[in-house]
Amino acid sequence: MKTLRRRQIQDKIMEGLLVVSTITILIPLLIIIAYVVYNGFGALNWSFFTEELGSPARAMQGQPTGLVHTMIGTLVVDFIGLVLAVPVGVGAGIMLSEYPEHKLNPILRIMNDTLNGMPAILKGLLAFALIVKPMGTFSGLAGGVALAFVMIPIIARTTESSLMTIPWSIREAGLAIGLPRWRVVLSTVMPAAKTGLVTGFLIAFARAAGEAAPLMFTSFGNNYLPNHWTGMIFGPVDTLPQRLYSLAISPYAQWHQMGWAAAIVLLSFVIILFVTARLLTRQKNY
Amino acid sequence: MENKVKTENIKSSAMTTTNEIETTVEKKETSRVRMEAKNLTIKYGTNVAVRNLSMPIYNEKVTALVGPSGCGKTTFLRSLNRMHDLTKSAHITGEVLLDGNDIYDPKVNPVTIRRKIGMVFQKPTPFPTMSIYDNVVAGLKLVGIRDRKLLNEVCEIALTQAALFDEVKDRLNAPGGSLSGGQQQRLSIARALAIKPEVILMDEPTSSLDPKSTMKIEDLIVELKKKYSIVIVTHNLAQAARISDYSAFMYLGDLVEYGKTKKMFQNPEDKRTEEYLTGKFG
Amino acid sequence: MNESTKEILERPLHGVYRWWGDRVFLAVAVILGISIIALGVTMAWVLFREGSMAINEFGVWGFMKGRVWDPGVNFVFGALPFLFGTLVTSIGALAIAFLPAIAIGIFIAEYAPRWLGGIIENLIHLIAAIPSVVIGIWGIFVFAPWMREKVYMPVFLWASENAPSLLPIIGTPIGYGMTTATIILALMIIPYTTALTRDAIRQVPKEQREAAYALGATKWEVIRMAVLPYARGGILSGAILSFGRAIGETMAVAMLIGNKNTFPFSIFGPAATMPSVIINEFREAVGNLHLSSLMAVGLALFVISLIVNLIAAYIIRKHSITGGQAV
Repeated sequence: MKTLRRRQIQDKIMEGLLVVSTITILIPLLIIIAYVVYNGFGALNWSFFTEELGSPARAMQGQPTGLVHTMIGTLVVDFIGLVLAVPVGVGAGIMLSEYPEHKLNPILRIMNDTLNGMPAILKGLLAFALIVKPMGTFSGLAGGVALAFVMIPIIARTTESSLMTIPWSIREAGLAIGLPRWRVVLSTVMPAAKTGLVTGFLIAFARAAGEAAPLMFTSFGNNYLPNHWTGMIFGPVDTLPQRLYSLAISPYAQWHQMGWAAAIVLLSFVIILFVTARLLTRQKNY
Repeated sequence: MENKVKTENIKSSAMTTTNEIETTVEKKETSRVRMEAKNLTIKYGTNVAVRNLSMPIYNEKVTALVGPSGCGKTTFLRSLNRMHDLTKSAHITGEVLLDGNDIYDPKVNPVTIRRKIGMVFQKPTPFPTMSIYDNVVAGLKLVGIRDRKLLNEVCEIALTQAALFDEVKDRLNAPGGSLSGGQQQRLSIARALAIKPEVILMDEPTSSLDPKSTMKIEDLIVELKKKYSIVIVTHNLAQAARISDYSAFMYLGDLVEYGKTKKMFQNPEDKRTEEYLTGKFG
Repeated sequence: MNESTKEILERPLHGVYRWWGDRVFLAVAVILGISIIALGVTMAWVLFREGSMAINEFGVWGFMKGRVWDPGVNFVFGALPFLFGTLVTSIGALAIAFLPAIAIGIFIAEYAPRWLGGIIENLIHLIAAIPSVVIGIWGIFVFAPWMREKVYMPVFLWASENAPSLLPIIGTPIGYGMTTATIILALMIIPYTTALTRDAIRQVPKEQREAAYALGATKWEVIRMAVLPYARGGILSGAILSFGRAIGETMAVAMLIGNKNTFPFSIFGPAATMPSVIINEFREAVGNLHLSSLMAVGLALFVISLIVNLIAAYIIRKHSITGGQAV
């Protein structure tokens, strides 16, 4: 027989344990952010945003170097990925949510979840085999395709769930006045779910923007801006996550500093995307 | 040593429940007040749900709380075993006495109160991952009772009292969720009975059940009142008339009328009660 | 009804509205949906095709059981070290992360006042959004040196004085190695496990909690008796999905594990995982057999991830609870 007192002490102990473990876990995670912010802002300077990286000698001789080509490259590759991923993801999301009777849906759902759980590096290998090998060169396009593979399952899922939140009665109302199904979806359901759809795109974009693994052997990396803009798509391109990795494992102290700078830029980029996405969903609730 | 005595006590009191003769012999004065609400006011934020309510709850009687939805009857019921402690916004003034002691006294622990005042909810709430057996003895295991023999006995007694034993005796290890809705509700009642409460609160216990299961539960309530005080919230006036000894009619947070069920249903004093009972509103 | 409305209603419907609009729309959606299925199938097929050279050379089991990875001299490739490294770091990370993550999940869902729970939850989401490489750079320049100074060196020095026989198991304390990678992995999956735990706990109906309270349970007893058992399927599958995350986590591990291709591994010493070896060698690999072997490692990673994901999906389905409510 446990006395009430013992049970209450046990209750308090458990509560204490929960509080303590929450704090002890949150602290190191906050320390990471603090370090990145502190070191990153310390390492940022103007030429970081205006100059190319060049050879290591350039940094070691104290000449101005930067990652302007990396940031442009990141935007190019990320947007290629988004443009490729949105139609596929949205189409699959529509199939799952608007045609729930379709026979392929269970397979599609399992496959989509599985793809979402697949390591991003495998998506890089796939893009390598599908794009880089036939083209014979690393390219921004291949990087974009690899990122699209990362984004597609996320977009499919968020599209499905945000379309599902629209009540069926709205669809039935449309069908009842004689609109065909496709018209109901495009002009009634999709606009109503607009915020949810955009939030999904942002989340997928943010997730892909932080990925380095799929880019290592697709867009590969480049120390310079290409001579012509087409080089951004058909030639090797630098991207922030992949450059950050290369800088961090390089033997040069100056490059390590630039690595911190790249880290804060990448972190800010990703977090701004996420916060925007969260603010959008919050707005929807009011 | 002391532990053993306590265990014996539980055991013996569990045994006596089956012993109908003993209960009738022991039967105290018929209308002893078991619980009493005094000037009870319950607010959610600024919204008054129950206003200045006072009424007794008699021992070994069924007291029915009736009234249109939103009249505060469930809110009142939940205040009787301090379930409102779980809702941050709820604010309670006044007293609720159990055997003369205020259960809202700061020194009183709600956990102890809830062991004396059991509760059955609108939806059947067996713990779905536990077996039928474990569901029934869940309350006993909480206080550290591990004695298999005792647990078996209490389980059988509680299930018998809840008129469920014959239906489930061969599959006590089946999960609680595998029963039908009516059986699940009787399992919930058995679980409440197993910890030997003094009062049982029932919040529309039959509203999610089919007529046949409802009948069974009603019979059960009539049977249980020989031993326990029962407070039941119901939407179903016929049910209140069938099973309750006392009735309270609540309207917009006020206790409009309280009295013997028979009298209230045949000859209500208040106009609002009469209108409600004759189906003019609600 | 005026004239113009009548006119509109009687006008013959445009083809798009009559029959082919719906078919075309559905066809497009289905083609896009099928392309996702095709993507998964293609991934398996491409990895198999590209890795087949290595598989033919060493055999499936020979490759998986091979203890030597030698791209420089003998061109012999065995994936066992990476399989081992991946499993040990992931299981270790899950073991470290599991209880704290559940604790935070319970704290947010059951104990914290709403405002505090909201803050912690947003913080968890924020941390989950940190790119792997960013955590990696912190690991390389801050965490690994710190661990070396404060943990590995003292243990190593103590062992060399008192228990020299342990030294091979402990390994060289360079800071970059299996333990560092495991701890970082644990930190990285905690937000994920926490979020899934919290989601699972949020699914527990209010009635279940109240039923436990009505039996005279204390708060912790309510959690243990009603909340956790109800949520166990979700929590378990969440843990398995987190394990899947850990298996596939690439960049931070590649930056911190020290990258040693061959056995023996030691506790503090360098090692490698399947993703880390692909990242480190794929760009520099020249020999066809080497490339193919890396692809075959990718195929093994694919199969393991597939199994882990399917197990998680199975557990969610098996443990989804319909009882406990009106039937």
